[in-house]
Amino acid sequence: MKPLIQARQLRYRYPDGTLALDAVDFDLFPGETVAIFGANGSGKTTFVLHLNGLLQGEGSLLVCGKPVVRENLAEVRRKIGIVFQDPDEQLFMPTVLEDVAFGPRNSGLGPEEAEQRALAAMKKVAMSDARDKAPYHLSAGEKRRAAIAGVLAMDPEILVLDEPTTFLDPPGQRELVQLLRALPQAKLIVTHDVAFARAVATRAVFFLHGTVAGSGPVDAIIQQFQWDIQLGPA
Amino acid sequence: MHIPDGFLSTPVWVALDVASLPAVGYVARRAGSKLEESRVPLLGVMGAFVFAAQMINFPVGAGTSGHLVGGALLSIALGPKAAIVVMTAILFVQALVFQDGGILALGANIMNMAVAGVLAGWLPYQLWGGGRFRSAAIVAAGTLSVLVSASLAVSELLVSGVSMSSSVLGLSFALFLVSALIEGFITLAVVKGIESINPSWIQKPATAAPAVRALTASSVVLAGVGVLFASGAPDGLEHLSEAIGIAGRQYTLLPTPLADYELEGVSSEWLRRAAAGLIGLALMFGLCRLLAKGIVNRRS
Amino acid sequence: MHHATIDRWSRGQSAIHRLDARAKILSLLIVLIAVGTAPTAGIWRTGAGFGALAVASASLARLPLVGVFTRSLAVLPFSLTFAVIVYVTGDAYQASALLIKSYISASFVLLLVSTTPLPHLLRGLERLGFPAMLVLVIQYLYRYLFVVSREAQHMRTAAISRGFQRAGFRVAAGAVATLFARSYHRAEGIHRAMIARGFERHIPILAAERLRLSDGLLVLLTLGIAVIIRTGAMR
Repeated sequence: MKPLIQARQLRYRYPDGTLALDAVDFDLFPGETVAIFGANGSGKTTFVLHLNGLLQGEGSLLVCGKPVVRENLAEVRRKIGIVFQDPDEQLFMPTVLEDVAFGPRNSGLGPEEAEQRALAAMKKVAMSDARDKAPYHLSAGEKRRAAIAGVLAMDPEILVLDEPTTFLDPPGQRELVQLLRALPQAKLIVTHDVAFARAVATRAVFFLHGTVAGSGPVDAIIQQFQWDIQLGPA
Repeated sequence: MHIPDGFLSTPVWVALDVASLPAVGYVARRAGSKLEESRVPLLGVMGAFVFAAQMINFPVGAGTSGHLVGGALLSIALGPKAAIVVMTAILFVQALVFQDGGILALGANIMNMAVAGVLAGWLPYQLWGGGRFRSAAIVAAGTLSVLVSASLAVSELLVSGVSMSSSVLGLSFALFLVSALIEGFITLAVVKGIESINPSWIQKPATAAPAVRALTASSVVLAGVGVLFASGAPDGLEHLSEAIGIAGRQYTLLPTPLADYELEGVSSEWLRRAAAGLIGLALMFGLCRLLAKGIVNRRS
Repeated sequence: MHHATIDRWSRGQSAIHRLDARAKILSLLIVLIAVGTAPTAGIWRTGAGFGALAVASASLARLPLVGVFTRSLAVLPFSLTFAVIVYVTGDAYQASALLIKSYISASFVLLLVSTTPLPHLLRGLERLGFPAMLVLVIQYLYRYLFVVSREAQHMRTAAISRGFQRAGFRVAAGAVATLFARSYHRAEGIHRAMIARGFERHIPILAAERLRLSDGLLVLLTLGIAVIIRTGAMR
């Protein structure tokens, strides 16, 4: 089976000289949901920003078999949908419908067709009633689902979510788990939330100092890197 | 100084709408390289920032406080073209959502605060912001920005026939000067604060050719004198219009009896004020074009 | 927050809410011009006429009357100051005319924004020929007005809970600079999210609404009423 994402020896240095990614090797296969763990500053978000060419480092990176280079960026960005951490930054249009239709419109669809696509995506995340709502009238959970709809409307093959449980209360987190489990795309989830990762991920990788230090079943990785609170009752 | 609807006479607001809106449209449209739509998020969020920053009070002693107006800060941080667009957007939202400033008067408010205020805030920084007097230049930028906006607003009201005695005018100028100075020091403190976080967020003033410096400096002085003359001495406008042969009859700023105003007064007085307003505008526009030319030449 | 209330009102369901933004903008301009150009003589009658029109429109739009007409008082800090100046200078009649004109104009503007969600209003402006770039900046400004002012409030709360009753000049400047920094980062985040969804140069909008007969009727009706009030007040 060919990987959807294939990174080999990916290396990136920020303009100020900090080495953020140091020879990252990574594969994501169809049907997988991979959790990315790692301390703050270990390179997780930098890695995510490479996946659709927002940052470009050395080494090789293929998304759906295409190298992430200037000529392929439009296509790569259609195939990989990134949901960033802050939904207020993700939902920038005045109404939910316009926001969800933003991606389809950019990919060249006409207004009506884009609207149909957007409505279908909103239905998938149970947000059909919110079509004319302004983003600031949504709850945190609704914002998160609207942001996911905006990405689903582009019909991507890969979903990338950066800290998706931020701002969500436990019922909101549960809804999100159910939603993600129902979506067929391969998923990459950057998270500190161990319980959430256990509930959705089929595999975990661990970032340490800008490189992948371990990969395997979620529980095994949590054990290996002691990535849990691990204290008894207070 | 957001002028509401109902204060400006028809020729004044019409002329300023006709002048400002296309001017801002032009600024927004051209400048294709710097103001393309990828700058929209930055400009929009910066507009929201100015709104929110106005919620933060600066104690200035004597139990009072001031707040940021923002024209000079924006022009120093984003450059004059972007600042004009952002300030215009702010004025729109203030007029529509907060009833701060009128709709017909938008052209006037845009001319005062978004165009003249931003340019007046940008010039001192551009001229002296790179040298030893950098801090003074930033204070001057904030001060001039507010002072020019307020003076223009008052002259527009006077030209519109809003009666104000000279003692009131003197008092209000003293108040403007104080709040303008406050804006100057707030602008300086905030610019320093921003630079300590990330210096690249503040535009570096370009090094101008001496000729351009002299030209801009003299036009600033001219504009300043003109504005002060027009608003500080309301009779000046009358003299101006008389001098160019429009004024036919004696007229005082204090209102004539109503009947007179209604019957024979209307046409000539109306025309005279319209003419004065239009001439002032033409001068302003010429000045702006001149400045724009200077800026463009320097950039290229 | 003021704008949150207006925003809620603007999403009402009355017949006036359903009219096209362009028709409402044109009607507002007609009323504003009629009020603005009204002669000082007979200003009380003009004011009464347009005041009645404002009350009628607000009730038709099922807006809370007291709320709308107290919020329009926002215009007073400026109007009242200058009206007092004019009064002191000796022209009581002009002073009252200024107050009446500015207050009536402000209430009609408030009626427009309370019956039309701002995004619709902006789209209407764009269709009426406004520069698209300016409309987009206003759209983003309004979208992030809520977000950034909440941030400013949080900063104020944090300062107060750390014991700053009245922040000093430097503290205030630091707060504004921090707010600037956060806004800058936020703008970068938004831009990143736009690029991730295929943004290249142009921000797309959805299909245009069609103008209906009722929209044309609104403009004609407003024009008629404005002319009637103005001629009635002249007599």
